[in-house]
This record gives sequence, C-alpha cells and structure tokens, in this order.
Amino acid sequence: MSEITNDWPVWEVFTQKKSGAPHEHAGNLHAPDAEMALQNARDVYSRRNEAVSIWVVPAEHIVSSTPEDMGPFFDPANDKIYRHPQFYSVPKVVKKRS
Amino acid sequence: MNFNEKSAFMEEQARLDEFNRKLEAGEKIEPKDWMPERFRKQLIRMMSQHAHSEIVGMLPEGNWITRAPSLRRKLILLAKVQDEAGHGLYLYSGTETLGVSREQLIEDLHSGRAKYANIFNYPTLTWADIPIIGWLVDGAAIVNQTMLAKSSYGPYARANLRICKEESFHKKQGYEAVALLANGTPEQKKMVQDAVDRWWWPTLMMFGPHDSNSPNSSELINWKVKTKTNDELRQSFVDRTVEEAHAVGLTIPDPDLKFNEEIGHWDFGPIDFDELYRVVNGDGPCNKERLDARRSAWDNGAWVRDAASEYARKQKLRTIKAS
Ligand SMILES: [Fe+2]
Ligand SMILES: [Fe+2]
Repeated sequence: MSEITNDWPVWEVFTQKKSGAPHEHAGNLHAPDAEMALQNARDVYSRRNEAVSIWVVPAEHIVSSTPEDMGPFFDPANDKIYRHPQFYSVPKVVKKRS
Repeated sequence: MNFNEKSAFMEEQARLDEFNRKLEAGEKIEPKDWMPERFRKQLIRMMSQHAHSEIVGMLPEGNWITRAPSLRRKLILLAKVQDEAGHGLYLYSGTETLGVSREQLIEDLHSGRAKYANIFNYPTLTWADIPIIGWLVDGAAIVNQTMLAKSSYGPYARANLRICKEESFHKKQGYEAVALLANGTPEQKKMVQDAVDRWWWPTLMMFGPHDSNSPNSSELINWKVKTKTNDELRQSFVDRTVEEAHAVGLTIPDPDLKFNEEIGHWDFGPIDFDELYRVVNGDGPCNKERLDARRSAWDNGAWVRDAASEYARKQKLRTIKAS
C-alpha cells in the first residue's frame, strides 16, 4: 500500500444559488491548487444546479471571531436599539398604510 | 488544591456548564466551542464510521454499473454512486473539524481499525439487489439521517441536511425499479423477492443493537447528537417499509410480522444480533473484498494524486519566479 501523505490544503467553498443572491458557505474540500479546488467544488457541491457561481478560498486565509468573543465582541450592537425601525413611533394613520 | 488548581477547576466547570446550557437550549455545538474530550472522541468515532460507510457503500452498487439492464438504469446508478462519494466527503470534512486529519481517517479504514455499516459486507448477487438496496438500505439511511440532520454538533447536522436532500432520489429510484420487477415476469418477481429475503434482516441490523444493549447510543442521546433510540428508528423504518412492500405485492421474510392494533405499529420477530457483531467485526461475506477494493483504489490512484501535487508545486514556483 502506498503511503498516505496527502497534505493538500483545505479550501472553503462558497456557492451562489442564483445570480444576484449572496455567496453562502457550502462546505470545504482538499485540493492541491485553486483550479482543482474549483473543479472539485463543482462536483461535490453543485451536482444538481445548486450554484451558478462558486468561490473557493484557502481556509488558512479566513480570519474569524472566536466563541469566547461572542459576548464582548458583539457588545457594541446590544445597546443601540435606535438602529432598529421599531425604535421609532409613527402617527397611527401612517402606520396603517405601511 | 492550591489556588491555581482551584481556578483551573472552576474554569473547567464553567465551560462544562456553558456546554450543557447550549445543549439544553437546543443550540448547536460548533468546532471552536469547548467540548468534553469524551464528546469529541465519540463524535469522531460516529462521524467517521458514517463517512466510511458512504465510501464502502459505493462498492456493492458499483459492482452492477457495467451490467445495468438499460442506459437509463446505468445513468441513474452512476449518479447515485457519485452522490455516495459526495456524502462520504461531506462527512469526512465534518469529522476533520474535530481535529483529526483526513489521512488518519483513511488509514484507519484501510488498516481495518475503523468500522463501517454492516450492510455493505453483503454481496450483490443479482440485478434485483440494486433496486432493493435503493429501497431498503437508502430507506433505512433516510430514517437515520433525517434524525441526524438535527444533531447537536453543527457540522454533523449540516452534512446530514445536505445528504438528506439527495437521499430521496436514491430511495425513489430503487422503489420504482422494485415495483417494476415485482410486476414483471414470474422470473423477475422471483428474483426481486429473493433479494428482499436476503436484504431484509441485515437492513434491520443497520440500526444497531437493542436500546437495552447500546451504551454508546444512550450517551449520544444525552448529548442530543442523536435524538431517537435505535429501536425507535428501527420501528419507524419497519412501519413505513412494510406498507411499501405490500403495495407492490412483496412478502417480508418474517413469520412474526403482525400489525399491533393496540400501539399502531408492526411487531416483528427477533433479530440475530450475533450475525451483526460477526459482520461488523470483520467476519461478513465480503469484508475482505471490500477493504481490498478500497486499498487498491487508493494505491492505483496514487500517481494521479502525485501528479496533481507536482503540477501545483511547479505552478507555484513559476508564479514566484515571475513576480
Ligand atoms: Fe449516502
Ligand atoms: Fe444514498
């Protein structure tokens, strides 16, 4: 048996369902280069027209927040209710129409 | 306990509390979240077994691709087997989020250390076995995977959700072909009934030992990795499949099978769990053949992987030189 030394990097795959829609994370795969990553992504994540466009990104290049950050990192948004439309009152007549 | 030990202990306790709170609230556990080592270990075991099953599962069906009775059936079978490769990949990817490498997972399978579903160690003797696998084996997989799509581990739930979207085609194409044979010539009918007789019991074994005898299962249920027990899943499979069998005039090979009016379920006879353990532990009719096929596929594909790696390396060098 040949030795198992497949150190191909991980690529994260993002697919766009239809034109105009955002690209969403679909999953990942291993591939030696971008071209193969793209081809494999098509075969793995779009066998039934699930995508009209695909992005592949080396996983090591993705920077993410950590679970421990969850509270403090997103804190600044918590006390700014004035960013939501529900914060504002509107005359009743107008309200009915909207 | 000195101060440092004590604060480490309390930190650990706080993490465990948070982990339990998430499970209690029905939130998902994600790869970067803290999780008990035992949880991680059990998930790796379960998810990798699932992944291996998808990959080895291609072999019994692949056996009939060149001999499918029509071009239509051949195209369907090719597409289905390709889907199973995809399922294996979704699940390997999910397992890797727990900190185990793809190489390790493949090595575990090839060395015989890892287990996979009992069912794929049975031979596909006639064409009728292919429709029967789609109907029974994928039918059983749907029952299991529909539950797992709600699993508490995020990557596992998402992989199963993706899988479920593809499984109904697998089952439907199988049942359609079963119905065709069941309504065909006397020879065809005999052939498909013979396939039901051989595959029925091993399919029921796919759900694992009885609840009373399955410590892994109850632990996984406590963590909400699974939300139903082996026996519950098996019963729901039997209920729906018996009706489907009768609808096309096939007989289930179980003299004890009887509808229980009181509880509204089909009662069925005892399962030979000795056979399950024998087959899972390496002594089924095709275990050796399956592993040999996997290993030789790996070895014969080595030059392709090497060429792709080398091509990527050279391309990279070229871009570095050019810049
Ligand atoms: Fe599958
Ligand atoms: Fe399937």
